[in-house]
Amino acid sequence: MDAVLNGLPHLFRGAQVTVEITILAAILGAAMAFPMGVLRLSKRRLVRTLAGAYVEFFRGTSALVQLFWLFFVLPLAGIKLDPMTAGVLALGLNIGAYGAEVVRGAVQSVPHGQVEAAIALNMTEMQRMRRVVIPQALVAMLPPLGNLAIELLKLTSLVSLITLHDITFNAQTLRESVGHTTEIFAAVLLMYFVLASAISVGMRALERRVGRWREAPLDRSRAALRQLADTMGGVPA
Amino acid sequence: MTILKTTTLQSDPVERQAVPDPTPMKASDMVRFRQVNKRFGETVVLRDLDLDVAPAEKVAVIGPSGSGKTTILRLLMTLEQPDSGTIEVDGEHLWHKANKRGELIPADEKHLRTMRTHLGMVFQHFNLFPHMSVLRNIIEPLVRVRGMSREEAATRGRTLLDMVGLAEKECAYPGRLSGGQQQRVAIARALAMEPKVMLFDEVTSALDPELVGEVLSVLRELAQQTDMTMIFVTHEMRFAREVADRVVMFDQGQIVEQGPPCEIFKDPTSPRTRAFLKAVLEH
Ligand SMILES: Nc1ncnc2c1ncn2[C@@H]1O[C@H](COP(=O)(O)OP(=O)(O)OP(=O)(O)O)[C@@H](O)[C@H]1O
Ligand SMILES: [Mg+2]
Repeated sequence: MDAVLNGLPHLFRGAQVTVEITILAAILGAAMAFPMGVLRLSKRRLVRTLAGAYVEFFRGTSALVQLFWLFFVLPLAGIKLDPMTAGVLALGLNIGAYGAEVVRGAVQSVPHGQVEAAIALNMTEMQRMRRVVIPQALVAMLPPLGNLAIELLKLTSLVSLITLHDITFNAQTLRESVGHTTEIFAAVLLMYFVLASAISVGMRALERRVGRWREAPLDRSRAALRQLADTMGGVPA
Repeated sequence: MTILKTTTLQSDPVERQAVPDPTPMKASDMVRFRQVNKRFGETVVLRDLDLDVAPAEKVAVIGPSGSGKTTILRLLMTLEQPDSGTIEVDGEHLWHKANKRGELIPADEKHLRTMRTHLGMVFQHFNLFPHMSVLRNIIEPLVRVRGMSREEAATRGRTLLDMVGLAEKECAYPGRLSGGQQQRVAIARALAMEPKVMLFDEVTSALDPELVGEVLSVLRELAQQTDMTMIFVTHEMRFAREVADRVVMFDQGQIVEQGPPCEIFKDPTSPRTRAFLKAVLEH
């Protein structure tokens, strides 16, 4: 048991790497997902096709293979990326493709009357998107984007295969040196779970902030009803 | 694909004098439809429509469901493109512009944006921006589109909210308002942009019966006070009679008959108008 406890700092150092890659890849992913999701709805066919090609390519080939391409194949063409860059690029581009689909769906879910009202007020295409559509779409896209962020966290374990010392990699080395496979992987499981929970909590706080305007009277009365049901001893809501 | 029929203007001034324009533009027309056709797939919605509206005129458009009333307003608001024909607003082509040789070519987005400054629309389902407070719904377009300062926009917004009787609701989100209140905000929002022509598409038909009155009384007052050109698509016959200078009866994409409300309502000449009015008034 001591051996496992002594090994914990090693796992924590791995967790730092995992968190770092998750954050950087999430930033890259968001930077891809927003424009690509919106451009997939462009009036211009070429733009639509290019954005679609990005999405289909990165969704249709596995994240692991993409990672190996960046890390093992590109050097053959003289392009050498350090493992961190390769990991962030592969995972960010991959998750960005899924994110683009979420963004596209959320943008399409905003009623067309909103755009028409914006046209009637003579807003430019850009203003309609930025001021009217995106703020409303954001509420619809945050929950699925939260799911993707958790997907991304779990995907990061792949980088252990390109020499990065993340949680999974360090768990392997620890196990090789001290054994205690069960305890070590129980600790690893717990670490991923805690990190995923942190993402959940963060996303839910964000949802509440962004969706404040949505608390219409109806929602409030429904919440009050649920509270009442709780105090009366758990009538299913 | 030729969505817009390109009409050629006479480019030679001598020729232009020699051949008089068969339908000369009255200097006074604010809105002018000429031979406008619109279809959706197989459905022909407007057939060779000619419609003129004078400045400051209040026109009520009535007619059975599916007759193309909304489509007229949507073509004017540039939400829908005509298949052929021309529409002019304040003497300028809406869907076309003249190129260097004087030919009419389809308008680009820049031209449409210029033309939209003349037009405003209130929708059946209000279409307020739900993520903005009532006051911001009015301020935002003024600031972004008209380039007004926030203070100036807020002052104008408050004046208009006061006018529609909603001064105390400026901080509320639209989701917390009744339908009638939302529609009054939508009217204030459209008015704030100071269009020359205001379009109203059945603005009370999505409301509970007890909320219709408050919206109509705002519109009645507005129609009496401003010299804005207004086109109301409406099923409220009493309102049309009180407010409109002219009633246009529409059926199957064509004008069946038009005239002052007293004539149309008291003594309609067309059997179709008679049948329609009978059906509506019995309701
Ligand atoms: N975007 C569209 N696509 C296909 N058909 C359409 C579209 N918009 C309108 N139509 C059809 O065009 C016809 C005229 O529609 P419009 O909305 O102008 O009628 P309306 O006179 O406003 O009717 P109502 O009183 O029911 O509002 C209808 O048959 C309608 O189904
Ligand atoms: Mg209609």
